[in-house]
Amino acid sequence: MNPRLLPYFLIFPVTLFLCLFFLYPFVLVSQEAFSNENGYNLDNFREVTSYWKFPISLKNTFLLAAAVVPVQLALSLLMATMVNRMKRGRDLILYIWTIPLGISDLAAGIIWLAIFEQSGFLNSMLGGLGLIDSPTNFLSYQTPVMVFVAIMLAEIWRATAIMLVILVAGIGLIPKEYYEAGEVFGASPWQRFLKITLPLLRPSLQTALVLRVILAFEVFAVVQALGGTLFPVLMGETYAYQFDLLDGGAAAAIALIILAISITFTLIIMRALRVPKGATI
Amino acid sequence: MTTANTDVVDVREDSRKAGRYVYVTAIVLLCAWVIVPLYFLLINTLSSPEAVNAYPKSFFPEFDLGSLTFFANFAGILTALKNSILVAAMTMVMSIAIGAPAGYALSRFEFRGKELFRLLILLTRAFPLPLLALPLAVLFIRTGIDDTVFGLALVHTTLAIPFAVLITFSLFSGIPLELEEAAWTLGCTRFTAFTKVILPLVLPGITASAIFAFVISWNEVFAAAVLTIENRTLTAFLLQNLDTSPLHLKFAGGFILVVPALIFIFAVRKYLFAMWGIANR
Repeated sequence: MNPRLLPYFLIFPVTLFLCLFFLYPFVLVSQEAFSNENGYNLDNFREVTSYWKFPISLKNTFLLAAAVVPVQLALSLLMATMVNRMKRGRDLILYIWTIPLGISDLAAGIIWLAIFEQSGFLNSMLGGLGLIDSPTNFLSYQTPVMVFVAIMLAEIWRATAIMLVILVAGIGLIPKEYYEAGEVFGASPWQRFLKITLPLLRPSLQTALVLRVILAFEVFAVVQALGGTLFPVLMGETYAYQFDLLDGGAAAAIALIILAISITFTLIIMRALRVPKGATI
Repeated sequence: MTTANTDVVDVREDSRKAGRYVYVTAIVLLCAWVIVPLYFLLINTLSSPEAVNAYPKSFFPEFDLGSLTFFANFAGILTALKNSILVAAMTMVMSIAIGAPAGYALSRFEFRGKELFRLLILLTRAFPLPLLALPLAVLFIRTGIDDTVFGLALVHTTLAIPFAVLITFSLFSGIPLELEEAAWTLGCTRFTAFTKVILPLVLPGITASAIFAFVISWNEVFAAAVLTIENRTLTAFLLQNLDTSPLHLKFAGGFILVVPALIFIFAVRKYLFAMWGIANR
């Protein structure tokens, strides 16, 4: 085979596949969102944004992302720096900390349901300590704060590992010489973290945050398992439009709104954490 | 003067010791944070249905297979489990078969359009991909692959392909070109050099990324729930029945979802950081 054509031959399957199942459906979903039986218009968007549940689910999705992502960022940074200076048991600790990476959001929701449901482990613990007389229902419409906390904890539990893995890999790439130099000049561990780790970790932080924020706006199964309809989120509304209301146009419109939010945040993060050209290690 | 000095040393020694305690405690707590919720799920899975619904909960499993038997006998669930495995296996094969050649092309060739191709791959990661299942549902009905294991596997392959390409790209990049060149001078063609020299070296890494593709599909909830009706996968089945199914069914189902995750992280732990570190640059 002509060696100049070989690379194109090799990337052809992926390109074809992504055109068929990524670009084409994207065009289709846009088409469906911007049109109804009266031709092309914004009716679907008007319909979904004027529905009473829309502002609530939008607010919930943002609130959840705002509560979860900063905690995950701090936690994963802490875990990554702890692992970095570890000598013994590093592999075991890393294995344990990355277990949630392989766990689906639905399973994570179910796991935290075991803790928060009425006959669950939290109630059993509180009862065992004599703090409550009878088990309370944490996940009811009367306790919206507890529903939020349960979903938040489940999300933090499940999805911190993905950031951890990216950050650990990133920290591993920082040359040890920088730290040694810092130590020679009397920088405290905290100063070394601020002046060496954080700036040099920027590309990894960027990736980790982009991935995590996109996933945060897609939050769905955890919420379904723990809150059900008590805590409406955007992705859940998309699902409801598609299945319960059988309104494909509206579902497509919400899908595009989620897409727009994701892209906006991706651009913001990439801009805020941009890496100067030629400054990579 | 000397006493003052030893005091300073003592204080420093004390604070170092205290720091060490804080460090170890933090690690233990973070490990418990990951493991304890999983342990609770295990207790519920290995208890009889009566114990699962009872209050207060025991903090030790009674090793009763009642819940798991109930799970296995629940109508439709074994088919769902079989579907999940089938979809994940198809996704695994397709994403590697389609993705690996492109990864090889990216690592070995300079060609026009390479940057554009990389952009296409990276773009897919900035999108909430499961949303694309919405238009595909319509498309699949038209082509007659709606509600089939194969149709869903196509969508899951779209999810897994960017990872497959980037991971195999980093694997192939890790193997020096000289090795291949040496094989050529010894009479190998490009193809035999690849199968005899390169393939044995990258096979473990390819296996790791194949397992990764398997788990992406195994865990996916939204697209599975949108695209299957009769042929539900396990995640779709559990999601669909969240409102109606008894607790012990949810917990046993959650446990079955988690088991492959534990094995997966353990199997690929060696590759996890190398894969993510380079794939995310």
